[in-house]
Formats: sequence, structure tokens, C-alpha cells
Amino acid sequence: MKLPDKRRAIHDAIAEIKDGDTVMIGGFGVPGTPMTLIHALVDHGARNLTLIKNDANEPGMGIDHLLQSGQVARLITTHLGLNCNAIALMNSGKLAVEFNAQGILAERIRAGGAGIGAILSDIGIGTELADGKQVVEMQGKVYVVEPALRADVALIHADRADSFGNLAYVATARNFNPLMATAADCVIAEAERVLPLGQLRADDVHTPGVFVDHLTELGELSKEYAVVRR
Amino acid sequence: MSDVRDRMVARAAREIAPGMVVNLGIGLPTKVVNHLPADFPVCLHTENGLTGIGPTLPPEKADRNLIDAGGAYVSTIPGSAFFDSATSFAIVRSGRLDLTMLGAFEVSAAGDLANWRIPGKFSPGVGGGIELAQKARRVVVLTTHTDRAGNAKLKQECSLPLTARACVSRIFTDMAVIDITAVGFVLVEIAEGVSAADVVAATDAPLVVPDMPLPTF
Repeated sequence: MKLPDKRRAIHDAIAEIKDGDTVMIGGFGVPGTPMTLIHALVDHGARNLTLIKNDANEPGMGIDHLLQSGQVARLITTHLGLNCNAIALMNSGKLAVEFNAQGILAERIRAGGAGIGAILSDIGIGTELADGKQVVEMQGKVYVVEPALRADVALIHADRADSFGNLAYVATARNFNPLMATAADCVIAEAERVLPLGQLRADDVHTPGVFVDHLTELGELSKEYAVVRR
Repeated sequence: MSDVRDRMVARAAREIAPGMVVNLGIGLPTKVVNHLPADFPVCLHTENGLTGIGPTLPPEKADRNLIDAGGAYVSTIPGSAFFDSATSFAIVRSGRLDLTMLGAFEVSAAGDLANWRIPGKFSPGVGGGIELAQKARRVVVLTTHTDRAGNAKLKQECSLPLTARACVSRIFTDMAVIDITAVGFVLVEIAEGVSAADVVAATDAPLVVPDMPLPTF
């Protein structure tokens, strides 16, 4: 037996994304943001997208390109503080933004990936972040219901992969990537290196390849992946 | 950094006990680490997926994949660990975080904290702030005593949207160290050159001043 090869040309993989889709995108700041897949999505041109991403990167980087091209109708996120463009779009009403507490966003995605409908959490109770949310009482405590999140497509950045799509992340580039890789109907991963089967040790796999539909190997990294000099 | 602010940060660093797991919020709190001895036994956590934060690095020495939650390029130390965002907040919400030091727009006499949103002016999103404020075992605040316009940040009630209710135990400012107790704000220590009357005047809520000489910093 041999595990299937999931390598695919990047634009063929991105062509699966349709107008109106919900797209999860990994990354926290630059680390783990799939910059190359994002550019391919800009080229592809799908519109009216809902993005789920921890942050909005910085002006001229990452998902800022999708915001500037007008492809995004809605953004589910935790923090936009480093992207003044995103804040301006939100304030002008051109971009609908739903803020989540960061760990709750992570758990909603984890639940979506695990086939769980919602989580119960006491985070934000007594603040405006809990306003309008369904509340339940369980074992004498009050919780808000946080619905699971799934997406049509997830865009993932990995450090190493094998041709089956087993993925390994590096340093703080892991962040939301392994969670999002479980929570979308179609998972597209870019990897800095794609190794032959057997070269990524089974013990070193962070995301099992069964979650990955399409895999693309990055050539030379663009300058967007580099250290940001602020 | 001005001398008094440096003393305030140095004083806050003494809040960290050996063996603690600590999250230092973005801004002034991250500077606390500069006042810890190099071999001090403490585990620093950052929300984006690292325990065992090492020194901040200049761009030419930085690893493009290794940042803290504020975007600063940091490093690892022997024993560091990386993990995903769900694990990172499991650390926070399960009570493994002994201490967090956060900034503030306002703190109320009941320990309510407002530090994430100024309606109409500043709404970048809460990030991990709510979970840190609500779930760390001890929450202390580092802030200037008044804002740039001279308005008190320590108030009877917060006027801004809350991050979490009744979460703050202690406040370090450039004027004083103040505890939140059942009777409200209590003056604990005072900056050199500042009088108790100065602190009372700069605080927009009753401040209990103990009838004894207070330590200075």
C-alpha cells in the first residue's frame, strides 16, 4: 500500500473557492500566515467571502490584500490593532467584523473540527462581549453558548509536509493552523518543504494528512514571510 | 522611559515570585522582564503559543517564525515549548497562569478592568485580554495614574466597556501601589517625592490611606 499524493498546482487548488464561501486562514501575525495561498486567492477573485482569522495582519501584508481587493464581506477575528486599513474598513461599514475572545475563537474552531455543535464558556459574562448570546445554566453555573465554527475552505501554512499532506509546524507559526486544518470541508496547505513519504517521522506529524485535501510546495519565499522591520 | 516609570516597572517586577507562570500584557508590562535577574526561575507565557520566552531580539538576529503576542521578535530558552492557540488558552482558562500584568484605561474600586475599547475612538478587538483578566489567578495592572489629559484612571465605576469584572487585585502606577480590597482602593506604597494627598487628589474614588508610614519605591 502507498499513501496518495496530494500535491497540486496552487491555482488549481484555489479554484475550488467560490463566491460567498467562508475561508479560515491560519496565522498569528506573519508566522503561520499562508501568504502565497492568499495571493492566489486574490488572483482567483472569489468575492463576498467570510474570513476567519486571528488578526488582519498589517497594511500590505497577508489578508490585507483580500481586504483591499474588496473580496471580503465579513471578518471573524480577535484583534485588528496592527492593521489601520482593516479598522478603517470596519469603521466605514464596508467590512462587517465579529470580534471573539482569542481562546474562544480557537475553541469554536476546535469544536467545528471535532464534530461538536457548540461549547459552553463563562468568558465575557458581565461584559458586552456576551450581549445577545444564548445563556445556559449547567451544574449551578451560568455559561454562554459559543457555536462551533466550520468553513468551506481552510488555508494553512506548514513548515514541512510529506506528499500525503502530513504537516509539521515550526515555532509560533503553529497557532491556529492545526485547529483550522480540522475544521473545513476543503483544506489547502502550503508547505515550505514537501518531503518524500517516510521522511517526516510519524511522531513528528502535527496535523495528520487525512485532514489535508490539497498540498502545494513553496519555492523561494516572498519577502512577506520575512522579519518585519517596524 | 522616565525615571519614575522605570521605578514603577521595577517595583512591579518584585510582584513575580520564583516558580510562577506569568503572562505580561502588551506595552508597559513587557518591560517588567528587564528587571528580573537572568537566572530568575519563572516561566513566561505568551498567547500565540510559547512558554519559556527568552530575550527580545533585534531584526537582524530574529527568527521570522518566533514572535510574542505583541509581535515582538523573541527567543527561546532551555525548556521552552511551542503549542497551538487552543492549548495556549487552556493554560489561561484552566488556572495554570499564576499572574498576569495588564495595562488599563480604567480600573474601578471593585477591581473592574476596562482596557480594550474606547467607543468611537479605539476598537481594535480584545485579543486574549478578556481570558487573561478573567482567568489568571492574580491580575495586576500597570498604568500611569492619570491619562495624558490628566484624567484619573482609578475610578469608583468604569465608564468604558469592561474587559472583566472584579478581576484586578493590585495596581502599580507612577504615583503609588494600590490594592483593591473589600473597602475599595487602599494605598500600599508610594513613589518617592509623592505625597498621600497627591495620590488622593489624582484618584477619582475614595482611597484608604493607612495611618502609618508607607514604603516608597
